[in-house]
Amino acid sequence: MIDDNMLILLGIVAGLLVLGSLIAEVGVRVARTEGGIDVAKNLKDRMRSWWLMATVFAVSVLVGGVMTVVLFGVSSFLALREFITLTPTRRGDHRALFWAFFVIIPVQYLLIVQERYSAFLVFIPVYAFLLIPARMAAAGQTEGFLGRMSRIQWGLMTCVYFIGHVPALLALDIVGYTGTNATLLFFFILIVQINDVSQFVVGKLIGKRAIAPLVSPNKTVAGMVGGLTISAGVGASLAWITPFGVIDAAAIALCVAFMGFMGDLTMSAVKRDIGVKDYSQAIPGHGGVLDRLDSLTFAAPAFFHIVRYFYTGQV
Amino acid sequence: MIRDIFAGVIRIITGCRSRHAGPCDSTGPRVYFANHTSNLDAVVVWSSLPRECRRDCRIVAAKDYWGRTAVRRWLACKVFRAVLIDRKGVTKSNYPLRDITACLDDGCSVIIFPEGTRGDGDGAAPFRAGLWHIARDRPGVEIVPVWIENLNRVLPKGEVLPVPIAVAVTVGEPVVRGADEPKQPYLERCRDAMLGLRGEPS
Repeated sequence: MIDDNMLILLGIVAGLLVLGSLIAEVGVRVARTEGGIDVAKNLKDRMRSWWLMATVFAVSVLVGGVMTVVLFGVSSFLALREFITLTPTRRGDHRALFWAFFVIIPVQYLLIVQERYSAFLVFIPVYAFLLIPARMAAAGQTEGFLGRMSRIQWGLMTCVYFIGHVPALLALDIVGYTGTNATLLFFFILIVQINDVSQFVVGKLIGKRAIAPLVSPNKTVAGMVGGLTISAGVGASLAWITPFGVIDAAAIALCVAFMGFMGDLTMSAVKRDIGVKDYSQAIPGHGGVLDRLDSLTFAAPAFFHIVRYFYTGQV
Repeated sequence: MIRDIFAGVIRIITGCRSRHAGPCDSTGPRVYFANHTSNLDAVVVWSSLPRECRRDCRIVAAKDYWGRTAVRRWLACKVFRAVLIDRKGVTKSNYPLRDITACLDDGCSVIIFPEGTRGDGDGAAPFRAGLWHIARDRPGVEIVPVWIENLNRVLPKGEVLPVPIAVAVTVGEPVVRGADEPKQPYLERCRDAMLGLRGEPS
């Protein structure tokens, strides 16, 4: 699975991580104000978690195939667990939740491993969506039925269905790009995460006007524009490792970054509704698994379908 | 060793996060009292204690449940070192409090559920008197409140299959009995201290 392009991507990630860790180290030493010290300490925690996440991700992509699918399957499980833990559920949801965690997640990821594209596409939005309310109706508790049902469905949609589109990239038959889909997956994750980080950094440095102050005061117009620009630039400069031309790569990276932003914003609105700041404290400095994956949920289906529609010769 | 492995596995399965509001390095015996919402309560509290506290901590459990099968008996005796008590036919001679105080006198801590029955996970029923008897008879023993969040959602009453909702355990500061403090006020103070640990979910 290791080819030259993958090595270059690994080198870029390692370089960015070293840079971030250096900044954090310097920050901890020079920070004098209380706020500055907090920011530097948080950055240090974040960087430590980044190293861990990058290592786990890189190893599972390098081992390849089933390992990559397993990594995202476990991430889906942990994300759904965080989501359901914070969401008020009732006694009547219990059996439906059991199905969601122990049947629907494994089946969905099995379909990804077996590369059954059409079954993968309809299993959750059609059949799981029929099963969940039916099981809840059979349990007989009707108060708040519509709300309870849609919470579980939304959890499955974001945490399992959307995230599942990332490992599903491995099954695509891209014209003139056989056997290196793992590199494309790596490229996609890199763009989404670079967009997250650069949006945050640019927003902190020069951001003024918040896009949706009630949802997330940290997301500013300048941050979004900065993030989109940097992502498109990185996408264009890495075009040669993808099946895309330079302009296409920039446009696709732009689209992925924009979807990532919308995912982040939407999942923030969900958090506001539940009344929490982070989904959990599973990843020091970052919050929960779902806090790290929120932008991925929206970006993954978009990227998957762009590649499938324009680069595989299938409609 | 095997106890540590069990504690670790239980923490992973229940996704248990524990918070300690008070000091957790006490050397003397302690009584941890918690809200009772699930069959797994005692085991989860036990597994979320810091290692040095867990070592000398025993759970107090019903003989009719934990004595039923060989596996449960093995778990209860070897792993959780349970103090098994009779729930039915309690007389003066097998009064459960005696086993508990004997255990405290041996220098062990115990985990008890003073509501006496499982609740729905939101509030707490009035406490039984046992806690007060311990506080009066063993003034050197720290009485520590514990709040268990979400465990009733993992395995509600009457369900067999668990759902992997993350559990949170909060250990509070000891509730010290005032000199000559009577039973009811003390029990209510304990109950309030326990309910006071209910926090934000984050």
